[in-house]
Amino acid sequence: MKRTSLLVLAIAALLPLGAAAHKQWLIPSQAVVNGGDVWVTFDGAVSNQLFFPDHVPMRLDNVTATAPDGSTIALQNASTGKYRSTFDLRLEQAGTYRIANTSAGLSVRWDTPASLAAKARAEAQGQPVSGPGAPPDTRGGFLRNASIEDLSTKVPADARNLQVTQTVGRVETFVTNGAPDTGALAPTGQGIELAPVTHPNDLFAGEEATFRVLVDGQPAAGLEFEIVRGGTRYRNAQEDIAATTDSEGLLRVTWPEPGMYWLETSLEDRRPSVPQATQRRLSYVATLEVLPQ
Amino acid sequence: MRIQLTIAIGSLLALPAQAAQAAELNVSVQIPQLKVAEYHRPYVAVFVEGSDGRHAANLAVWYMSKDTAEGHGTKWLPDLRQWWRKSGRTLDLPVDGVTGPTRPAGTHELGFDDSHPELSRLPPGQYQLVVEAVREVGGRELLKIPFTWPARTPQSGRAQGSSELGTVQLRLTP
Repeated sequence: MKRTSLLVLAIAALLPLGAAAHKQWLIPSQAVVNGGDVWVTFDGAVSNQLFFPDHVPMRLDNVTATAPDGSTIALQNASTGKYRSTFDLRLEQAGTYRIANTSAGLSVRWDTPASLAAKARAEAQGQPVSGPGAPPDTRGGFLRNASIEDLSTKVPADARNLQVTQTVGRVETFVTNGAPDTGALAPTGQGIELAPVTHPNDLFAGEEATFRVLVDGQPAAGLEFEIVRGGTRYRNAQEDIAATTDSEGLLRVTWPEPGMYWLETSLEDRRPSVPQATQRRLSYVATLEVLPQ
Repeated sequence: MRIQLTIAIGSLLALPAQAAQAAELNVSVQIPQLKVAEYHRPYVAVFVEGSDGRHAANLAVWYMSKDTAEGHGTKWLPDLRQWWRKSGRTLDLPVDGVTGPTRPAGTHELGFDDSHPELSRLPPGQYQLVVEAVREVGGRELLKIPFTWPARTPQSGRAQGSSELGTVQLRLTP
């Protein structure tokens, strides 16, 4: 019970920043393939269980597939269903493809005269003024994935305590046709990224993999990752692995068994690139295939 | 087989000194007969890796090299996981003298000597023979037998598979 209430608190704490407790993911049908006319099919969703679509589909608007030569290739047969989106890629080039859903926007929250009055009432009655248990009318306004223009057009003039958070997110996966290479893996320098030391399509159970974790292109120390193997529906424990980047930004993971793994990290800082924002929330998810020995 | 044997004995008699110098590496690979609903012959890779696990030499790779409705047979080569990562993915297939068609259940004898293009380049040291087999809608199995190359004295090794491979034997003669 205690755990449940803690979880509820955690979810509530994250909600204003637009990151629900659900897990976002993009998963390939297989990550290591070979051939001159080879296809891989992908699913994208936001779910609780890995990798079972049980909540909402991933929107494909911002999904891009980068080919080994750095060009962008088209998603084919794209479709968004009730619980998941799906698309295919035709891998005409040999090498590694990077498939990423990138998001960039602003999360905006503010108080209105009405919500401030409700907070004052709640405080006088000894109720929480925010978070779980707070009266609904204590909530002010909220915008997610907003643009800079939205700040002037969608935020009312009487807004108080305006809080603007820049969000930069990346949900990605990798597939390789033939031998792996790193052309498509060149860092963009924006947000959190994973630079290969071990290639992300060269992962094997029982072996240690090393990645350099970058924030805005620079190695980031002390970033905490949650790593979960897929198939959580058919086991009673998450069996999640905690790993933290070292002083050089290196993340080291030894995969206990083969499978599709979900890696997630996030970071809040006060270095937004948008002047209207006071803080920034960065998030990163990768789905990686680990093969048997 | 009989003809080859005769020739081998003949050359031994004629040139005993030269024959003694040609170190031989013989491998026998047993593909078990399986009672399964859907049987396909396995893809098999027979290769040599260093004691550090690095790829050292390809001896034989059996796969379907034809087109089918499901694509070319090379599509499934990555399922030979270890061979694929260590060698296959960087090879230009097919490879003369190495790749060949899949083989039926039974014991397959493979003979190599130190004139083999890859074995002849191996620096002296500790190696492992690796036999990896994977079968469509079946399983995968990988066996290793350590050996010293080149052989100063006769060596032999044996590994027993339990699913996709039967007995694998290695014999080296100096």
